[in-house]
Order: sequence, then structure tokens, then C-alpha cells
Amino acid sequence: MATTSRKRPARSAKNSEELLGYYRQMLLVRRFEERTAQAYTEAKIGGYCHLNLGEEATVVGLMAAIEERDYLFTNYRDHGYALIRGMDPGRVMAELYGRQDGVSKGWGGSMHLFDTDVRQLGGYGIVGGQLPLAAGAALAVSYRDGDEVVMCQMGDGTTNIGAFHETLNMATLWDLPIIFVVVNNQLGMGTTVEMSSAEPELYKRASAYRMESARVDGNDVIAVRDAAKVAVERARKEQKPYLLETVSGRLKGHSVVDPAAYRSKDEVEAVRAQDPVAGLHDQLIADKVADADQLAEIDADVHRIVKAAVEFAEKSPAPEVSSLFDYTYASPVPNDSRRLPSDPLFPVGA
Amino acid sequence: MAVMSYRQALHDTLRAEMLRDPDVFLMGEEIGRFEGSYKITAGLLDEFGPKRVRDTPIAEEGFTGAAVGAAMLGLRPVVEIMTINFSLLALDQIVNHAAKIYGMFGGQRSVPMVIRTPGGGGQQLAATHSQNVELFYAFTPGLKVVAPSSPADAKALLLASIRDNDPVLFLENLALYNTKGEVPDGDQPAEIGRAAVTREGTDITLVAYSRMAHVALQVAEKLASEEGISAEVVDLRSLRPLDRPTIIESVKKTSCAVVLEDDWLTYGIGAEVAASISDGAFDYLDAPVRRVAMAEVPLPYAKSLELAALPSANDAVTAVHQTLDAVGRRSVGAH
Repeated sequence: MATTSRKRPARSAKNSEELLGYYRQMLLVRRFEERTAQAYTEAKIGGYCHLNLGEEATVVGLMAAIEERDYLFTNYRDHGYALIRGMDPGRVMAELYGRQDGVSKGWGGSMHLFDTDVRQLGGYGIVGGQLPLAAGAALAVSYRDGDEVVMCQMGDGTTNIGAFHETLNMATLWDLPIIFVVVNNQLGMGTTVEMSSAEPELYKRASAYRMESARVDGNDVIAVRDAAKVAVERARKEQKPYLLETVSGRLKGHSVVDPAAYRSKDEVEAVRAQDPVAGLHDQLIADKVADADQLAEIDADVHRIVKAAVEFAEKSPAPEVSSLFDYTYASPVPNDSRRLPSDPLFPVGA
Repeated sequence: MAVMSYRQALHDTLRAEMLRDPDVFLMGEEIGRFEGSYKITAGLLDEFGPKRVRDTPIAEEGFTGAAVGAAMLGLRPVVEIMTINFSLLALDQIVNHAAKIYGMFGGQRSVPMVIRTPGGGGQQLAATHSQNVELFYAFTPGLKVVAPSSPADAKALLLASIRDNDPVLFLENLALYNTKGEVPDGDQPAEIGRAAVTREGTDITLVAYSRMAHVALQVAEKLASEEGISAEVVDLRSLRPLDRPTIIESVKKTSCAVVLEDDWLTYGIGAEVAASISDGAFDYLDAPVRRVAMAEVPLPYAKSLELAALPSANDAVTAVHQTLDAVGRRSVGAH
């Protein structure tokens, strides 16, 4: 078990290119989420809606560590993962809008982004629900002697639910190629980690399962990527599970509608001071990787992508009501109910 | 055609499916080394090895959810949950995940898995080990729930469940494991969603499933031989989907019905059957639909209390008499 922390990488052409790429991805998450919040207040998006604002370095670093063949399961704070994993931004926004072209065809919404093409197998809204599923996916990989790994993201609050214990126990017992990532943004809704977790250094929980683990600065994209790569390597080569804790902050409320009145001004200021997007922006300029104009150009480019995503979502039609019964069962069977609320069970008077 | 027990039919079918399809594997508590709490999986660990007969920790939510995840990647796990009471520990994975994944993500991945689990009281296991909570699952769109009452159906429905691409809750019953019956040779899966008329009759319809479908047949034989009453028995076999047309056709013929169920009466399976009969055969009914169900108490341990609380063949006969009296048909005997 080790706490991973890294110095800034030495500046080189390769690093410069990589860093700019990560900056672009982080900015895409940032701008997409800001636009999502706006669309929500315009009532274009319904339901619960949780943003990755403040977690951009974590999201991008984690996604840089896994490969196309690997599988990803996340919780409901999933927009950023979807974008960086490679889902089409227009189809992600269309899902938030509840439209036919959404990645989940309008059936899932914000919390349930799923795209089998990029092997992101959900977005799950029940805390802890994705853990046993991800372990099962890893079991299937292992059953078939595959070389894929499964990354299972969760929030800090998830470490207190029973499924966490049951799943980590099985993962070690069964030598599953899985990386559990605890994205510690230090708040479960309004509850702090210290209020809810007897061992607030969450990565230490892994020791109860004889599982390797580490804690890393979630505001440092390179540190997250490199720590995740260690975990991925171990899962892929040795068929051993790993727990990685990333520590970052939440720039806004738990969800779009939460004003986060439970946080002090100082607390919010402290989180803002560690804003990973602003931090990387300043670092890139200080290290002379890019100048302010170049970074502004990237921003303008990202704005265009987000604008196009919104336009795509706006144009996408609402799902046809005639499709209401299309996804109850994969194997059709006789006598499946296909009645609308006012339909009689049997024709009246028959 | 061979005569065998319900237990043997389940065992042989699991084995045959594992031989047929390498993606079929078993998971559950005590199914390997211990050979299953009810010995359904006896010998399978030796034959197939630990990869395909996976003993799990006592972690219903964890291993049931792991089966869901494995099914999402195309394997066909068959999970054994020791009794249906323990399935409550896995409710989140069954109801919030297995049942939702195909629909909630727009049909991108299905969940081809089976959860085998026995229900049933009458074994002096007291309140937390004697429940029949299949209703929770039958209530949930996205799940399929089947409940075989005979060895032949145990085989045919298990074949169908394993080959189905949706999560199927396969309800067994402690009191049925040792019952025997003829089981056809060969490979003929049942159709999930179809009830069966297991005995034809003209005077009254008995609707039941699982253990009570077995009881219903015994009751019907007794009524025929002792009183000349001709009872038709509809064995639901599938609780979701529910085969309403078969129930309605029978009631249209007999004009009255008694539902026999092992679960609690209020909001139970029988309530759904009675409401369906009201919707589909109201004009044909000559008497209210009666329900014979478990007393609405946590099932007691003491044998005297347990027997009083559980529905019996005598309870069914009483309900049939009362129904036929209401119709005014019993005094004239069978039609």
C-alpha cells in the first residue's frame, strides 16, 4: 500500500502534447457540465443531474489509463467519463434531454449513460449498485481468459455500503482483474467523509481484503493517470484487484439543484483554489507549454463541440410512444403486458 | 419417459445444460463442496470443476450482482439462493439492476441469468425462513418468474429459463423436492408465459402454482372420486408474465373459481388472479372468486400453529364447497 504523489513531469515535446490533450479533455468536461447546468435551469433536462465539476483531472487521468478493450462501470456522476471514454457528445446531451438519439435511447437520462460500443456499461443511480456488476464483468473476463480489465468508479460515500464489502471480498477471493476507484470529493451529498467513515483514509479499507491500494491527488491529471496505470497493470498482468482513491473537490452542489448551503465560504474557496482546470491552465503557461492565446483557442474549439452537442440534442425527436414496450424483455414471451394506463385488461363485454 | 423426483429433474437438467453450453455456470452458497443445501448440485463440482460450480461467500447481494454483471458480458449464470427468504438480501441487485438493465439502457445489453431458489413453509423453520415472497419479483417488469409444480415442468421450465435472454426467477419449493413424476426424455423447453390446464373439469376452476398446484390436483381427484365434482386445475407455471387468457377460458367454462396460494392473501398472487377473472369473465361468474391463502401472520415455529396458518387440501375443499353452494350447484352434484 502506498500513497502516490508525483512531481510535475519534466517538460518535453511528448509531454507537452499529452498535457495539451488532457487540458482539452478536461475543458470539454468543464464546458459540457456548465452548459448542462444551464440547460437544466432552462428545464430542458429533467430528473436528477450530477456534474463532474471539480473532478475533471480525475476523470481524464483515469480514462487515460484504460484501453479500448477494457470495461467501465460508474455511478450516476457519469457525464465526464462518457465524453472522455468516447461517447459522442451530441448523443450524451441527447440522453440528458431524453431524446431518441440519446446513448440510452432516452431511457436512462443523466444517471444512466451506457454505450456498449465504448464498453462503458452504465451509469448507475443506486449507490453501490455498480460494484457487484463490475465484479461480475471481471469474472466473465476471467472465465474466458481475456486480457481486458474492468474499472469500477464510485464515490466516497459508497465505501460504507454493504455491496462495497461484499464485492471487494469476492474480488480478492476470485482474483478478479478489476480496479475500484473511489473518487473522494470529500462530500456524500452534504455529509463529510469524516462524518460517515470510521476510517476516513478510504484507500486503507482495501487492507481488510488483502488488496493493494493507493491514494492520489485527484486534481493532478498526470498523477491520477500514472497511479491508475499501476493499478491497471496489476489487474491485467497479475489478475489482481486494486483500490485507487483520488482526492479532489466538488465545485458545486451534489446535484444541479443543490445550492450547497451546508458549506462555509472558506470551504468553497479552498476547493476553488484547487480547481484542476484553472490549475492546469496556469501550469501550462508557467511551463511555457502554451501561451494564453493557444489555450483560449482550445477553449473556443471546445465551446463549438458543446454548442454542436446541444444543437444535436435539441433537434433529436422525443422517443416514439409506440416504442414504450420495446425494452421490457430481450426474449419475447407470450402474455407480456403491453397495456397503457387506461387500457382494459380484456375488451369490455368480451 | 422416466419417473424421477423434482430434485433429480433439476439436477439432471442443470448438468445437461452445462454439458451443452460452456457459457452456463453455477454460483451460490454451498453448491460445490457441500453439494447444495438441498443437494440439487450434487456431484457437479467433481464433474465440472470450481470455475463452473462456484462456491460463494455468504453475500447474496454481491454474488447475485456478480451474476448480473457476468450475464451482461454474455455468460449464462445460474445462481442458487439457498431459500427465497435470503433473496431479500439481494433485492437491490434483482429488482434495481437485473430487471432494469435491458430497458434502462435502451436494450443494449440483456441479462441472461437464472436465480433458482426454493420457497415454502411447513418445515418448522419459523417466520424468517418460511416466506413466499415471489410476489415481489412477479410484481417487477423486466423479470420473468416461473414456478414449476412437477418434475416434468421443473425440467422444461429450467431449460427455457437458462436459454432465455432475460433474468428469470425460478421458484422451487422445499415440499416438492421429493415428489416424483414422469419426465419426458429429450430436449423440450417449456414456453415461459404459458399456464397449463393440468386437469380438465367442468364444475369449478382451481387456479394455483408451485406446491399449491400439486395440492390442487390432489384436491380435484378427491372431489371427483368422493363427491362427483369435476374440478379443472389451472397451473400458472409462470407468474410473470401471467397467462390470463388460459385462466379466463377455464372460468368461462366453469363459471366459478377458487385460487390456492402459499403466500399471504392481501395484495397476493391470488388477488391478481381474482382481479383478472373479474376483468375477463365477469359476466360468466356465478359466485365470487374465493382465495385460499396463508394466514396473515409471521409463520410460527410450533407445529400446531404452523399447520393452522398454512393453506391445506382441506381448506381448499371447504372453499370449493362454499363456492359451489353459493352457485347452488353442489346439491345437484356434477353436471
